[in-house]
Amino acid sequence: MTSAYEAWTADRGAEIIAEHQHVEGGALVILHALQETFGYVPEAAIPMVAHALNRSRAEIHGVFTFYHDFRREPAGQHVLKLCRAEACQAAGGDALAARAEQKLGVKIGHTTGDGRVTLEPIYCLGLCATAPSAMFDGRVIGRLDTARLDALMAEAQR
Amino acid sequence: MTIRIFIPRDAGAIAVGADEVAAAFEQTHAAIEIVRTGSRGLYWLEPMVEVATDAGRVAYGPVMEADVPALLAAIQSGGDHALRLGVTDDLPWLTKQTRLTFARCGVVDPRSIEDYRAHDGYQGLARALTLTSAEIIADVTTSGLRGRGGAGFPTGIKWKTVADTSADRKFIVCNADEGDSGTFADRMIMEGDPFVVIEGMTIAGLAVGASKGYIYIRSEYPHAIVAMKAAIAAATRANYLGAKICGSAHSFELEVRVGAGAYVCGEETSLLESLEGKRGIVRAKPPLPAHKGLFGKPTVINNVLSLATIPYILAGGAQKYADCGSGRSRGTMPIQIAGNVKHGGLFEVAFGITLGEIVDDIAGGTLSGRPVRAVQVGGPLGAYFPRELFDTPFDYEAFAKRDGLIGHGGIVVFDDTVDMSKQARFAMEFCAVESCGKCTPCRIGSTRGVETIDKIRRGERVVENTAVLTDLCNTMKFGSLCALGGFTPYPVMSALKHFPDDFGAATRLQAAE
Repeated sequence: MTSAYEAWTADRGAEIIAEHQHVEGGALVILHALQETFGYVPEAAIPMVAHALNRSRAEIHGVFTFYHDFRREPAGQHVLKLCRAEACQAAGGDALAARAEQKLGVKIGHTTGDGRVTLEPIYCLGLCATAPSAMFDGRVIGRLDTARLDALMAEAQR
Repeated sequence: MTIRIFIPRDAGAIAVGADEVAAAFEQTHAAIEIVRTGSRGLYWLEPMVEVATDAGRVAYGPVMEADVPALLAAIQSGGDHALRLGVTDDLPWLTKQTRLTFARCGVVDPRSIEDYRAHDGYQGLARALTLTSAEIIADVTTSGLRGRGGAGFPTGIKWKTVADTSADRKFIVCNADEGDSGTFADRMIMEGDPFVVIEGMTIAGLAVGASKGYIYIRSEYPHAIVAMKAAIAAATRANYLGAKICGSAHSFELEVRVGAGAYVCGEETSLLESLEGKRGIVRAKPPLPAHKGLFGKPTVINNVLSLATIPYILAGGAQKYADCGSGRSRGTMPIQIAGNVKHGGLFEVAFGITLGEIVDDIAGGTLSGRPVRAVQVGGPLGAYFPRELFDTPFDYEAFAKRDGLIGHGGIVVFDDTVDMSKQARFAMEFCAVESCGKCTPCRIGSTRGVETIDKIRRGERVVENTAVLTDLCNTMKFGSLCALGGFTPYPVMSALKHFPDDFGAATRLQAAE
């Protein structure tokens, strides 16, 4: 499968930053836009964002690292997020998370060695009445059970 | 004759196959019109499909993709079907509710401003446009509405403070960073009735003299983001937003901003920092956001549900709203029932219903069929309640009196397989992961809390470590700036108090004697 993301170039990065530069308080808007385009926020972009917003590089680095969403490197080809919050715990989420870790051979928060799957925790998708919940490449999944989880992991391996 | 079929596009319904069901209906090429609505909130029956009939809408559920051909044949022939639930409005789960905030959710097409207007939408704004600022605020005060994010601060007082503060710019901020596990009411209303949020914010703008609003939606809610953006575009086209709204002298524009996975940004001052493009670090109060909020300007910051209730109140419902409820908790609360439950979903009801009624009667007990052991009310910062406290009425003060909180109205049910020391550990762990780091009790205390609970769980000096944990919780409760550090002790201490056996305390104490 080919990546849905563009390869980083400073020119393209500058273009995206310029597009949102005048949004009031828009540092998160710019970081989101960069990540949507490149799949992560390249380190080279941080000083560019800082310059455009007339803020220090340390400040923008601080913003970038504060939020769990922003990636410093590309994710695997597929991203499987498992909800680890209380409602999903109550519905058997812990066992599913353990199964995913065991089957994929990675701890939550990591990417498989072949770069196929990134397994991540998420704290609540708001699907708590159909728990346990997951998100697979942006698609929401409720009533997760071992069969569905295994199917998702198989899909990710294809 | 074309049959109208309603299928939710709510994320909770999509997560269990609503899109596939809609596609299967389309593939039949039958004479049908599919309307994608929000969810009615009966999630154990999702995907719930409704069909327009002379007797009203008739519901079927849970419908799977494979059910569609036979179901369609039954619908067309007027025959019965195993999944037929009856006339939707007569379903007991719905008849027992008082749906004021959620009146339209699951009924209307959330993409259609015409449908919103056809179901009493924009009547609150129409009336607000004829009132003075003081009159609008008087209505909100009369209703008794309190902040539905969890803090329960009277909305009318907040608005009056902003209205009375003069500035060149003021803002309305809608807090849609609904991060509490077990809550989804904000998501549902944004996806199912987004115009009501827009109308509520517009009325707030009129009341306090603000011409710009922001809706800060968490990134975990992609469907809500799409729904709100589409609704803002539609409302702008119809001149309900923008310059000189509805031909009046007032202007109001709205912008959606997306969070980035920080739980603490649900705290209002942290959210404002985030909106300003900064780290979501909590601010010390005072100054209040009402005096110095977004970009240092007077700001109304309200939860989605608070704002979504405003149109009902301004459409002449202020007194009717206040007539519902118990004690100082007036009106209705959209309660969200989740976790290990037979019947999970959204249940809007007047304050005063007991926890036991919600868990046993409405939710029908656990899905696993095992006994209910603990119920966490109010999200990750809410207390765990044992069955002995099921007589607690659902209102702000009654829960506070029992060392708990109703928070944003989420209820998570656990069966008897739950290990409460593990849940207490999770509360501390979550606080450690999500702490913004501003104040020491939260930043350091949460990590020390995890370590101390681990020691207790391993059986190390249980009595001494329990005393340390209790002391630590006391420090966090009184020494933290915001609810994250300040309320994490609720789940921890309630677990310790009501379920001591899970901490090994009882057995080990006996052994020591």
